[in-house]
Amino acid sequence: MQTTTLILLLGAMTFIAFYLGRSRSLATVGGAAKLAKLHSLPGYYGYYAAIWVLLPSLALVLLWTIVEPRVIVALIIKSLPQAEQDLSAGELNLLVNNIRNLATGDVVSGDISVLLREASVRFQELTATSRQLLVTLTLGFAVFGGAYAYRRIAPGFRARNRVEQVVSAFLIAASSIAILTTIGIVLSVLFEAIRFFREVPVTEFLFGLTWSPQTAIRADQVGSSGSFGAVPLFTGTLLITAIAMFVAVPVGLMTAIYLAEYSTPRIRAITKPILEILAGIPTVVYGFFAALTVAPFVRRAGEAIGFDVASESALAAGLVMGIMIIPLVSSLSDDAINAVPRAMRDGALALGSTRSETMLRVLLPAALPGIVGGVLLAVSRAIGETMIVVMAAGLAANLTINPLEAVTTVTVQIVTLLVGDQEFDSAKTLAAFALGLVLFVVTLGLNVIGLKVVRRYREAYD
Amino acid sequence: MAAMTESSGMDEATAAAPAVKPQAPANGKAGDGQVGRGRDAARPDKDARHSALTGRTVGQVRCENPFIVAENIDVFYGDNHAIKDVTLEIGRNQVVALIGPSGCGKSTFLRCLNRMNDSIDIARVTGTITLDGQDIYSRDLDPVVLRARVGMVFQKPNPFPKSIYDNVAYGPRIHGLAADRAELDEIVHVSLERAGLLKEVKDRLDEPGTGLSGGQQQRLCIARTIAVNPEVILMDEPCSALDPIATARIEDLIDELSANYAIVIVTHSMQQAARVSQRVAYFHLGTLVEVDETDRIFTNPQHKLTEDYVTGRIG
Ligand SMILES: Nc1ncnc2c1ncn2[C@@H]1O[C@H](COP(=O)(O)OP(=O)(O)O)[C@@H](O)[C@H]1O
Ligand SMILES: [Mg+2]
Repeated sequence: MQTTTLILLLGAMTFIAFYLGRSRSLATVGGAAKLAKLHSLPGYYGYYAAIWVLLPSLALVLLWTIVEPRVIVALIIKSLPQAEQDLSAGELNLLVNNIRNLATGDVVSGDISVLLREASVRFQELTATSRQLLVTLTLGFAVFGGAYAYRRIAPGFRARNRVEQVVSAFLIAASSIAILTTIGIVLSVLFEAIRFFREVPVTEFLFGLTWSPQTAIRADQVGSSGSFGAVPLFTGTLLITAIAMFVAVPVGLMTAIYLAEYSTPRIRAITKPILEILAGIPTVVYGFFAALTVAPFVRRAGEAIGFDVASESALAAGLVMGIMIIPLVSSLSDDAINAVPRAMRDGALALGSTRSETMLRVLLPAALPGIVGGVLLAVSRAIGETMIVVMAAGLAANLTINPLEAVTTVTVQIVTLLVGDQEFDSAKTLAAFALGLVLFVVTLGLNVIGLKVVRRYREAYD
Repeated sequence: MAAMTESSGMDEATAAAPAVKPQAPANGKAGDGQVGRGRDAARPDKDARHSALTGRTVGQVRCENPFIVAENIDVFYGDNHAIKDVTLEIGRNQVVALIGPSGCGKSTFLRCLNRMNDSIDIARVTGTITLDGQDIYSRDLDPVVLRARVGMVFQKPNPFPKSIYDNVAYGPRIHGLAADRAELDEIVHVSLERAGLLKEVKDRLDEPGTGLSGGQQQRLCIARTIAVNPEVILMDEPCSALDPIATARIEDLIDELSANYAIVIVTHSMQQAARVSQRVAYFHLGTLVEVDETDRIFTNPQHKLTEDYVTGRIG
């Protein structure tokens, strides 16, 4: 039987179980007129029965699909002659693959020996048996589960509580997916980074001043030992972030002040959506805007006043990144200013404050923690931003704080390390994980602090 | 033109009111009045005369030595006609209580007196208000200057998230009332003293004002208001968020302050109005129904709506 048929069959059984459970619950109290005697509404008894049909059998199917291939392979290997069983893991793997391919009718590498053919026949037999077993067991589970639930239905049985337990278990499972994924990513980055630090000492990575991640592809290549001092990347990242914040914080803050306090509702109604559009522009668009428009402009402007500007300068990338972050800063600051209770504003006005006195002396100080939190979130966004810097900041790992020179950032280097054909266990690729770990730790820290500040401040007025 | 739009609504009120209530209060109350006051004696059937919401105010809208004069004030919130042709005088060193059911426009009227309605986009005020003879809605009067002369205390205590000292010093600082730190200290101490708060906070002036109890916060807000040395203090239900003990303290304070300031207070409590005010103004659906001396309003109201309100029949 096909898996889809099985699933459809299960679905039908679930449906039937629902109606049986429902009508059984009504029958136990003697009809809809005496509904009040039931602990839960009849529907809950239906769901209860349905759950007992569906969940155990689905769990079985899931378990089976995970375990079945392994068991079959193990059985096949066991049935092979001793000589084959003694093969190395790699070769054995190849052999098993061939057997499987032959059995399913795929392309097989090498000649088809008698051994192979016999094994593949056995493979087919095993698979077929397993299938039959699965179908029988699943349907058995469904029937028995349903019967169990059916028998438990009685007027005093708390079906609603059971069903709600199952529902809440599902909700918990759903919400843990994101958390588990995050933990998984963190762990994998962490382990790869640890592998990297076995080859390159942590101190060299964190404090080394040269970054040139070239490792040999062939052993006899010259200049094969790379240099993994990440300080130039950190300074490059900080430089570009600083330039970005230099643009975004004043502009964003003043936008927020204007919108919150000075603008008419109509201007606000127009400006806010435009800022949101700005926030929604894909960063790759900002990227080519930075590379094709801003960078040449900065270069020409610099030359006009006698500065030597690199064609991919930190300044160009930082400026554009700042523009990208303006909406984030302005909307978070706007929220913070608006979260200051109206009573503060009225109190200040009633004492004879002008608008700007109200803003500078009452609203901004009251909103400051929220604004700081917003800026921290913006910094973490800037540090993690990749596309703009990839396109506009260049690859040269210069250790400089001159915004007119080309620098590179942590994110750019992660991209270049992993783009293209790589050996996945060379120091070069592993370095990307180490950089990723640093990036993760820093942005996580900033986000945690930022959110904490924002939240603490929100609580102050509730 | 405002009167035209209302008249239809008023007819309904006139028609409905007598039907619901027979002349139960006519015997006892009217009798008292007739003995005490000659004016009432001339009106044998009070209910028949003043039971409708006519838009004309009963009682004494004028007073001796008026300090604030509001003439024919109308306020609109968009299409909502919130204050309808209100005329009221407020004397120097007088406490006037504004009472009336929720939504009748007490706060709106109060906010006209320091132009706080300016900050509500849809609000529009017509009519004239003069403060000591000066038109407060005239073009050459800056609302910022006006608000320094007419202070306001709000329903919910709203100290700034600053220290107690800075809360009180805020007004003097923005208006440049103190030449140096010593003078500022002096203003802060005197204001706190007058607000009856100094004893409690003397040793912790640099702690945040938001850390005080509700009643202390409200007294801090009063101190903050009087630090600017205003001539009038407006209070919008200043005790509605406070417990009875804190309320009693604020009431005592209002009594003391009335020696130096004209005070207009909105309150929902008849007892409070009776305790602190010399005159009471009763608002109903945006109309000023009746104004008179406090004891007269409570013992012998001229208008049936006022009587119903102060005796607790509507509210
Ligand atoms: N800011 C405002 N915007 C629009 N309408 C308002 C505003 N404030 C008050 N109103 C309206 O004006 C009327 C009077 O309100 P208010 O003066 O607050 O009454 P009170 O203080 O007597 O309870 C009500 O109908 C209310 O809905
Ligand atoms: Mg009010």
